[in-house]
Amino acid sequence: MTDTALSSTAAQPADGAARSPERRTRRGLPGGGLLIGAVVPVLLLTLWWVVTEVTGTFTAVQLPPPQAVLTAGIGLFESGDLFEHMGISLQRVLIGFAIGAGLGLALGSLLGLSGLADKLLNPTVGAFRAVPSLAWVPLLLLWVGIGEDSKVILIAIGAFFPVFTAIHSALRHVDAQLVEAGRAFGFHGLRLLGTVQLPAVVPSVFSGLRLGLAQAWLFLVAAELLAAAEGLGFLLTESQNNGRTDRLLLAIVLLALLGKLTDTLLGVLERKALKTWA
Amino acid sequence: MISPASTLTDYTATTAAGPAVPSDATSVAAAKPDSRQQYTSLDVQLSGVGRAFGSRTVLRDVSLQIAPGEVLAILGSSGCGKSTLLRAVGGLDTGSTGEILINGSPVQRYDERTAVGFQEPRLLPWRSIHKNVSLGLPRSLSKAEGRERVDELLELVGLHDRASLRPREISGGMAQRASLARALARRPGVLLLDEPFGALDALTRLKMQDLLLDLHAQTGTTVLLVTHDVDEALQLADRVLLLGQDPADPDPAEGATIARLLSVPGRRPRDRASAELAALRGELFSGLGVDSHSH
Repeated sequence: MTDTALSSTAAQPADGAARSPERRTRRGLPGGGLLIGAVVPVLLLTLWWVVTEVTGTFTAVQLPPPQAVLTAGIGLFESGDLFEHMGISLQRVLIGFAIGAGLGLALGSLLGLSGLADKLLNPTVGAFRAVPSLAWVPLLLLWVGIGEDSKVILIAIGAFFPVFTAIHSALRHVDAQLVEAGRAFGFHGLRLLGTVQLPAVVPSVFSGLRLGLAQAWLFLVAAELLAAAEGLGFLLTESQNNGRTDRLLLAIVLLALLGKLTDTLLGVLERKALKTWA
Repeated sequence: MISPASTLTDYTATTAAGPAVPSDATSVAAAKPDSRQQYTSLDVQLSGVGRAFGSRTVLRDVSLQIAPGEVLAILGSSGCGKSTLLRAVGGLDTGSTGEILINGSPVQRYDERTAVGFQEPRLLPWRSIHKNVSLGLPRSLSKAEGRERVDELLELVGLHDRASLRPREISGGMAQRASLARALARRPGVLLLDEPFGALDALTRLKMQDLLLDLHAQTGTTVLLVTHDVDEALQLADRVLLLGQDPADPDPAEGATIARLLSVPGRRPRDRASAELAALRGELFSGLGVDSHSH
């Protein structure tokens, strides 16, 4: 019974065993990956500093030097505006993303699992998806008004479609052989869903969620550019109107940081889920 | 024994007379009384089983009685409906006509008295081998009993030291053994194997055949084994069912039926080089439309 030692397929696990210690050493250097990832940002920052402060290629209105952006940040922080802008933007994104992603998961599961629901609803959902989401803005303003609601709804629309599409197509493409094996061993309905279908789509669902989150940030800025009295998008337009390029750059840097932070958090969850399910 | 039993009366007579099964089974039962008692082996009765996909008939008029504990190999050229017949017995396919009885009662959808081993291992990649095997456990078992049974089965198929690994971390042969263990977990009365070793390399396949004989000796369950490998059929089966056109029928209709039904002589494990088997091999090859001189 110690058979397959000679078979060609037996080479695979041996390979895997040989690879994993190497992976462990790479993981054993804490922050090693972070350090490499920081090289390009540091270079960019240096270049930015050189072209503004050293060579003076750009004027302060065109491109203020890095420390001016930092000063602008400190100024906003001291007045208390900085966290207000960041907080409200983050709140809108998180609420909008939660609603949009939640609905996307629900509707995507329904259409992915039920052939009838798919036939009935997919053409309609497809038509709505074909509408560029910003086209909803005038209608939202008309119906919901310039409040928090219209912004959150717009963000939810943005987050909805990537999540919906990901889980819908993943469920439709779950390995039919695995599903049949599940059925053959007495699984059906919810138990089949929980045992075979949902675990099988976990990786695609997470990539859909990450896309949805990126879309949520995109639509946040769109919503705040159009009509807002606070938030990072508002900071962008306000700075543009006042000629405060330093604050404008600050807003962009903050959007990058917040976007990256939320994506990283989701990425941590994804890795945990993939460890269990993939 | 070697004479082809190509009509209904012929092979029912063979079955009634009792092919190699009973004597073989009793001797093993005497050797391993304990593990045998836990398993049941059920008889399968096919009467006039047929299957058409749309207007195309794949299978027709298959009538056959399979004794409890018998190992029946189902041979045939590819696409002749071997798997279709197997799937009908397991209740995986409900479109067949005719009647299939297991232990006297009709086959249910995904019948619990049967278990299927597929050509591919079909293990869930995100579950450990142990948890994959436990998928096959019957619902009635408690957690502790289930764990114990899976441990036993993994021991039986020689995977006890791989229990915590994921399917991608083991070889194809091991995955197929895990799949066999999963099928045995519900202690099926009829074990349905659909070319279970077809995707394995030649050496692993031989070892898997020995393992299957081992498992059969210990469980005594009825086995229906679809294979395209004549030697595998001769090595493992009590009888070999060759699907195809009935040679006695001058004007055969569309679809495969029982072309030959042969009893294989000798206790298992059999000498792969025996002259008796060589004669049967020649007959099966000619039934499959292959010139036996070249083999």
